[in-house]
Amino acid sequence: MLDFSILTDYLDLYMQGFVNTIKISIIGLIASFILGNIIAVFRLAPVKLLNFIGAFYVEVVRNIPLILIGFFFYNGLSYFHINLSGFIAGTIALSIYTAAFIAEAVRAGIQSVDRGQLEAARSTGLTYIQAMRYIILPQAIKIVIPPIGNQFLNLVKNSSILGVFAGLDLMYYADIIHEKTWITFDTYIFVGMFYLVLTIPLSLLVNYLERRLARSE
Amino acid sequence: MDFAGAYSGENLAYLLQGFAVTLKVAVVSIILSFIFGCVLGILRYTKIPVLSSVVALIVEVIRNLPLILIIFFTYFALPEVGIKMSVTMAAIAALTVFESAMIAEIVRGGLNSIPKGQIEAARSSGLNYIQTLWHIILPQALKKMIPPLVSQFISLLKDTSLAIIISLPELLHNAKGVYSGENGAKYIIPILLLSAFMYFMVNYLLSILARKLEKRLDPDRSTAKQLANTTENMI
Repeated sequence: MLDFSILTDYLDLYMQGFVNTIKISIIGLIASFILGNIIAVFRLAPVKLLNFIGAFYVEVVRNIPLILIGFFFYNGLSYFHINLSGFIAGTIALSIYTAAFIAEAVRAGIQSVDRGQLEAARSTGLTYIQAMRYIILPQAIKIVIPPIGNQFLNLVKNSSILGVFAGLDLMYYADIIHEKTWITFDTYIFVGMFYLVLTIPLSLLVNYLERRLARSE
Repeated sequence: MDFAGAYSGENLAYLLQGFAVTLKVAVVSIILSFIFGCVLGILRYTKIPVLSSVVALIVEVIRNLPLILIIFFTYFALPEVGIKMSVTMAAIAALTVFESAMIAEIVRGGLNSIPKGQIEAARSSGLNYIQTLWHIILPQALKKMIPPLVSQFISLLKDTSLAIIISLPELLHNAKGVYSGENGAKYIIPILLLSAFMYFMVNYLLSILARKLEKRLDPDRSTAKQLANTTENMI
């Protein structure tokens, strides 16, 4: 049976890690949402150079491991005498990585809006940016919300790589608790439960949004 | 930054050795998780009482846990209950468990996307349930599953790097080994760039392959394209 005294004795350590994981996830969500939207606009803007930059960003970031990006910020920048803490390096890496996936979700959402809408808006005299802001984006956002919810779910799970960089998240605190208990099995089962407390409601929410969207079509 | 020093023969050989481990672990895990994922996905789709619900519960719990936690747990915690594995075995086992759950959902989604009328038509033509699934539903669903499956395989290949936490001698672990020694600081960026390039090449080729495959397997789209071409020519 699980030794619940580990959970009660070290609850404050578990909670510190848990709260930090939530913090990292929220900062990461905001940062990657902003960056992802910028990249999506780059990919769709009627400027060849921006298209290339956007596509390059997405293809490169999506095809390399997140933890490698983390090492770049945690170890690589020290060459330039920029020493980031594991928390900051990890959160930056997480945001950069997730932004590529959000950019793709947003792009797919915008492209799913009928091209005629943009043409009609433009011919009524709106500029490209106005047409995007008032006509295309409000329609696209509905389609984009479930995939972005999915990416947020992945972000919460991926925040666990911060443990590798001593990034003060749940995995990092798990390591500290483990050094006190020396019982790996029970200590990490409780870690898993803390993650599930976050991720299960999120995935239920995403499923619900997906179903609602499917019905409204 | 010392590119020439970083890319010495010795270092390159060490990186390639790591890359071979990455590929080996990835290929074995892809094959195993595809098999288990299909079985779990079909079990969840068929709605067998009790069994399907149990499968659903297990799949949901695994999918919602961080993979790095599962890898760590497999190697460090399972020995406490008498399950001991080598590093490579632990990495493969953990990746297979996690990716099977992810693939199960892809398979179930693909199966669900086939209209129920297909089942009814097949059943009324005299096929039994298993035959209907095997000959009618699965071949159609597989085509729809290819794009998400390939992106899952790309994820899996990237995720092998998480096994750095149990010191599996894969690419990233060896890359870190090269620049962690004394005087290694000037090697960090060149080595990370080269490792990134290696991951990128394999994954990018995989995604191009997937796009080709998708086009070839999708009869609707190719006929639609031909139609579009002919109408264009007519105009």
